[in-house]
Amino acid sequence: MASHYEAPIRKPLIIGEKSYHDISVDIAAPVEGKANKLWWIVFSIALSAFLWGVGCIIYTIGTGIGVWGLNKTVGWAWDITNFVWWVGIGHAGTLISAVLLLFRQKWRMGINRSAEAMTIFSVMQAGLFPLIHMGRVWNANWVLPIPNQFGSLWVNFNSPLLWDVFAISTYLSVSLVFWWTGLLPDFAMLRDRAIKPFQKKIYGLLSFGWSGRVKDWNRFEEVSLVLAGLATPLVLSVHTIVSFDFATSVIPGWHTTIFPPYFVAGAIFSGFAMVNTLLIIMRKVSNLEDYITVQHIELMNIVIMITGSIVGVAYITELFIAWYSGVEYEQYAFLNRATGPYWWAYLLMMTCNVFSPQLMWSKRLRTSIVFSFIISIVVNVGMWFERFVIIVTSLHRDYLPSSWTMFSPTFVDIGIFIGTIGFFFVLFLLYARTFPVIAQAEVKTILKSSGENFKKLRDENKH
Amino acid sequence: MKTSTKKIHALYNDDDVLLHAIKEIREKNYTIDEVFTPFPVHGLEKALGVPHTRLAYAAFIYGFIGLIFSIWMMDYIMIVDWPLNIGGKPNFSYYQNMPAFVPIMFEMTVFFAAHLMVITFYFRSRLWPFKEAENPDPRTTDDMFLVEMSVGDNEEELKALLNKTGAVEIKLIEN
Repeated sequence: MASHYEAPIRKPLIIGEKSYHDISVDIAAPVEGKANKLWWIVFSIALSAFLWGVGCIIYTIGTGIGVWGLNKTVGWAWDITNFVWWVGIGHAGTLISAVLLLFRQKWRMGINRSAEAMTIFSVMQAGLFPLIHMGRVWNANWVLPIPNQFGSLWVNFNSPLLWDVFAISTYLSVSLVFWWTGLLPDFAMLRDRAIKPFQKKIYGLLSFGWSGRVKDWNRFEEVSLVLAGLATPLVLSVHTIVSFDFATSVIPGWHTTIFPPYFVAGAIFSGFAMVNTLLIIMRKVSNLEDYITVQHIELMNIVIMITGSIVGVAYITELFIAWYSGVEYEQYAFLNRATGPYWWAYLLMMTCNVFSPQLMWSKRLRTSIVFSFIISIVVNVGMWFERFVIIVTSLHRDYLPSSWTMFSPTFVDIGIFIGTIGFFFVLFLLYARTFPVIAQAEVKTILKSSGENFKKLRDENKH
Repeated sequence: MKTSTKKIHALYNDDDVLLHAIKEIREKNYTIDEVFTPFPVHGLEKALGVPHTRLAYAAFIYGFIGLIFSIWMMDYIMIVDWPLNIGGKPNFSYYQNMPAFVPIMFEMTVFFAAHLMVITFYFRSRLWPFKEAENPDPRTTDDMFLVEMSVGDNEEELKALLNKTGAVEIKLIEN
């Protein structure tokens, strides 16, 4: 027992009288059980939204980008807003599984699997938008450096948009193998528990024949550690490069050096909010409250509070630098942002992202499940408006006052956005019913150090 | 007495008991063929004398290959094959154009290191789709720890030792 010592001041991460077998049973339960009515209702809604989005995408591709609300002044609006929003949400998963692994934060084990799933699903949504915006989706391979019949005419490696192609595809594929490698032992657990031959076959296939030899575990842990070491700078680089899409341009309001850290903080902020949204529901529906505890939610709320404060500092720094630079175009861009026709979006962004997370200083509020859920939604709304404010307000009043205009989305803009939300939830709901949603092999390693019953036992023995 | 070719499977239900058992078994100069566990048990590979994996070194080499490949690729595409004047950026020298190439150099390093390392891991540990699992007891992915040994000369003595170390179940496997 001595080797499993953990300071008594640390709160237990697994609640109740659990044995190793109980963990297997609890985590296999949602997979082995049947979906209830609520799941089918939510799934149907998500699926309808997804199909509506598919319809809008087909309409866009068939008719052209003209079906969106874009005009010659605002050539980028909801598509890029949605892209950045989804990529941002996709940052929490790898942050939780990689950065928290390097920092040896044990609480990541209850939530990393679902956070990584969320990452992969949301990066998939993000990737849709640049593809659709190409207009001719069938030429999407032109963004890759593939020899071709134009001479070869190559891609432009000076362009941040191409850096984005490399960053997003590296991020998506590395997150996917990181996730899948972690899933192997848990799929193996489901495979060995399965009674029906079909399930046994499927989970046997998914588990790649994982057997759990000593050497396998040794390699598994090394691979996890090295992948975490690689994914940590990767996750920071992805949103940095997304911010380069704006920062390397010469548009006042975009051309700022603060963008990379500001975007990364915002991404973590919105990603953790989305993790909270999903897990607060999942822990209830799938009876996983013993593994995703109030302590987990509180810690995520603290991360939301800190990153929200960083984002707030960035907003204020932007304003200060606009004034301090003495550049009137820059000054006007920010004055227009805060007091121009889009003042309401700016106010919404400030309230949701800077003010609301500050409420988390109160212990009572940040340990309240209902309050955490509300704030997580508020933050996601705020972060969507942040991207909208940055993108549209910097464009809609350009250098030529005669072309000043406003942007209003068409039903297609709205439909595609709703469609990606639907697609995201379709994927997540299917995942929640078929995948081991908690990294049970890893959770078993901390049962003796952070399990409630073992902690109690240790305390009693001491006195 | 004739040396048996039979295998013995000893099941333990606790990781700490398992660690002590392995130390005791190895002190008695028995050879342990394999141990199957449901989760990584810390100190197990040390107790068994299994050398630490070298995958991290492999990952470093793969990353280095990715870096070199990205430099070669961008030099060929942007400088050698079809130089274009883009925004006045120097198109005649890799070195002078390099700041714009740093993001891709980084991404390719990570891409190569991560994917090739994982592929190496999958092949070394024989993991791929349609591969049959080789754990002898389905409970070893749940809560049981299985030690696999050759029976050797003295079956009874080995059984007694395993029982003494806390094995909850001992099975003889005919080969």
